[in-house]
Amino acid sequence: MAKPDPKVESTYREIRIKSTLQDAKKPEIQILADVRDCGYDEEAIFAIKLALEEAMTNAVKHGNCNNPDKNITVRFAVDNYMVAICVRDEGCGFTPEEIPDCTDEDRISLPNGRGIMLIRAYMDDVEYRSDGREIFMTKRNKKKRPHEPS
Amino acid sequence: MPVDHITVTKNDGVSLVEFNDRKILDELSIRELGEQLREVADGPNVRVLLNFQNVEHLSSAALGMLITLDKLIKEQKGKLKLSNINQQILEVFKITRLNKLFEIHDSAAQALKSF
Repeated sequence: MAKPDPKVESTYREIRIKSTLQDAKKPEIQILADVRDCGYDEEAIFAIKLALEEAMTNAVKHGNCNNPDKNITVRFAVDNYMVAICVRDEGCGFTPEEIPDCTDEDRISLPNGRGIMLIRAYMDDVEYRSDGREIFMTKRNKKKRPHEPS
Repeated sequence: MPVDHITVTKNDGVSLVEFNDRKILDELSIRELGEQLREVADGPNVRVLLNFQNVEHLSSAALGMLITLDKLIKEQKGKLKLSNINQQILEVFKITRLNKLFEIHDSAAQALKSF
């Protein structure tokens, strides 16, 4: 089996879980263990943890509408240079551009709608696919450059 | 039985709240935490200081809970202030511009003086 490579999606590892907030923790444990093993700094670990937490919560609550009979599929690859994570739910999807800006004056005191903004702020690249059912995000390791030996 | 997510002490009429969890991330804990904070905030003219000294992680659901708490306290003519927020979490407040909504102080002592 090929070593997972963040640049080659066919090599990603896959974790499939039941769509519950309890099970949503499982992929995070594995991914963050890999991230720590690859020597990412605390700032990057904070960012990845936060983005993953938000993506998983969105998948459970908004994607799969808290239906525990549905699944969430997480595919990921971590190396010394980059982390790539794909979270896919089984919902109806959504259009990210239609999510209102929560920093607008008239929306700032509303309690919801900040998850996507935080993911975009903390990850380097964020892409929505499959009509919003899948989020693909990456974070680069600032401590390593691709030409450096691992 | 729900876990105690906060420790509350009284200081000159201000309820000083310290978080017992380093991570305020998952929905289930946030729900329990929200209920415990609502008990502290229940009543007219309450003065509440949330000390984030122990907190290392915070999710958008936690921000939502804080906004709801702030609204409840303001409706009852009370005051909510925040202090000791570490740089990484302060950045979360800045990105979401919630540093404009909440009164944030560097230290609990400074916040207590300002009530």
